[in-house]
Amino acid sequence: MPSTPASRLSCRHLLGIEDLEVSDVVLLLQNAQAFARIHERSRKKVPTLAGTTLVNCFFENSTRTRMSFELAAKRLSADTIHFSGSTSSLKKGETFLDTARTLESHRPDLLVLRHASAGACHLLTQVTDGAVINAGDGAREHPTQALLDAYTLLEHFGRLDDDSPLGFSLKGKSVAIIGDIEHSRVARSNFLCLRLLGAEVRVAGPATMIPQGLDQYGVQVCASVDEALEDVSAVMMLRIQKERLRGPLLPSDDEYHRFFGLTKERAARLPNVPILHPGPVNRGVEIDPEVADSDAALIFRQSQHGIPVRMAVLYLLTLGLRTEAA
Amino acid sequence: MSTALLFDEAALGLALQNLALQIRQKKLQNMAIVGIRTGGAAVAAALQNHLMDLKPDFGLLDITLYRDDALLNGANARLLGTDLPFDVDGRELVLVDDVLFTGRTVRAALAAICDLGRPKRVYLCALIDRGGRELPIAADFVGLQAKVATSQRVVLRTQDELPKDVYLEPCRALNSR
Repeated sequence: MPSTPASRLSCRHLLGIEDLEVSDVVLLLQNAQAFARIHERSRKKVPTLAGTTLVNCFFENSTRTRMSFELAAKRLSADTIHFSGSTSSLKKGETFLDTARTLESHRPDLLVLRHASAGACHLLTQVTDGAVINAGDGAREHPTQALLDAYTLLEHFGRLDDDSPLGFSLKGKSVAIIGDIEHSRVARSNFLCLRLLGAEVRVAGPATMIPQGLDQYGVQVCASVDEALEDVSAVMMLRIQKERLRGPLLPSDDEYHRFFGLTKERAARLPNVPILHPGPVNRGVEIDPEVADSDAALIFRQSQHGIPVRMAVLYLLTLGLRTEAA
Repeated sequence: MSTALLFDEAALGLALQNLALQIRQKKLQNMAIVGIRTGGAAVAAALQNHLMDLKPDFGLLDITLYRDDALLNGANARLLGTDLPFDVDGRELVLVDDVLFTGRTVRAALAAICDLGRPKRVYLCALIDRGGRELPIAADFVGLQAKVATSQRVVLRTQDELPKDVYLEPCRALNSR
């Protein structure tokens, strides 16, 4: 074990990996491992959060993350309601804070927020007594994605073992994150989380999409994708947003694919190296279809781990709420 | 010192032998031993050793998520998980814990087991019964009985993951277990 495990999370909300200590990440992932076993049962439910309410507030489209949070809450017996920014009173001109205050009048215990503006989740914490979970705020953070990605890697490398000294640690492993780093909250939360767990992190992508100042996070910027992939332990391919492909930052799909995609040829040079992708996959753009379907691709496992990881988040945050109230 | 030895190694050894004998006499069909984490794990392991010739199935139950005080102050944040590598349906289970006190742990354990399937019969085996029940729950097999003040906790010490001895500790929370 890299450090003594915490008995509580050090924070009341989950707004970003930047607020977490290593011990928090380890506690979350240890608990995720226990929650994963509930999925093997026929009755996939525990009574722990019965009587608590979770509100899913999605101001940006999402099916997968939303479903994952909803199922995680239901498996813990919590009540869930969904609020969708596009079909609500926002169209009638209600402000974000007024919408949040209206939701707060229903006394939710847990609020999951996805919003196009960085810091929206921080703003929400000011008008609610519940615990806020950031499901993506602008290009800033998407902490639960990073946690499930870390869990997937730890599982793959056989490090979900409390008793071993490398248990819940990625020391000695290197991860290459490839793609549009600048606009990716998944990349950001991931490199923060991977660094916390002791992994070496490299990034590569179009020069127009690599932000300045990554070295302050201990992240190495590589001049090319091939350089980043050299002797790497794991690869994370980011989704390239189609809108950006034909804009000023990138000329075309083909060019992106050739220089930055995980092609069959590149994948062939990485036998047994796990490949992650947050989904949904643009087949033939950032990754070749055969590579996405290969045994090395853990994309399906990532999705599977989403629910136990989110169950751990909801459980630990609710414990934190109750402890404060006492 | 505020801790006191309640039962030594010899007393525990005898109690475990006695428990194994009581269980044997029941002549259970296809029995499984289920230890309640964390206190019951060592006791369950010891019983499995004593009853090895019967080749019982073995599992460990984590009841943290089923406790009636699961979200209260002082609740346990770290889950160890349940490891029951066999089907519970139709089985005769022996639920094992170290100390039977209020009965709330056993209630939670029964709820946890029922979520895993429908056993034919569940028996309760307690190494130590200290009385003080808050729920109508009784053990089928008891190793030792003890009268303990509510201001004290009964703690099983283990060695190599097997029961070693039992001592008393003062406890702050009166509504524990």
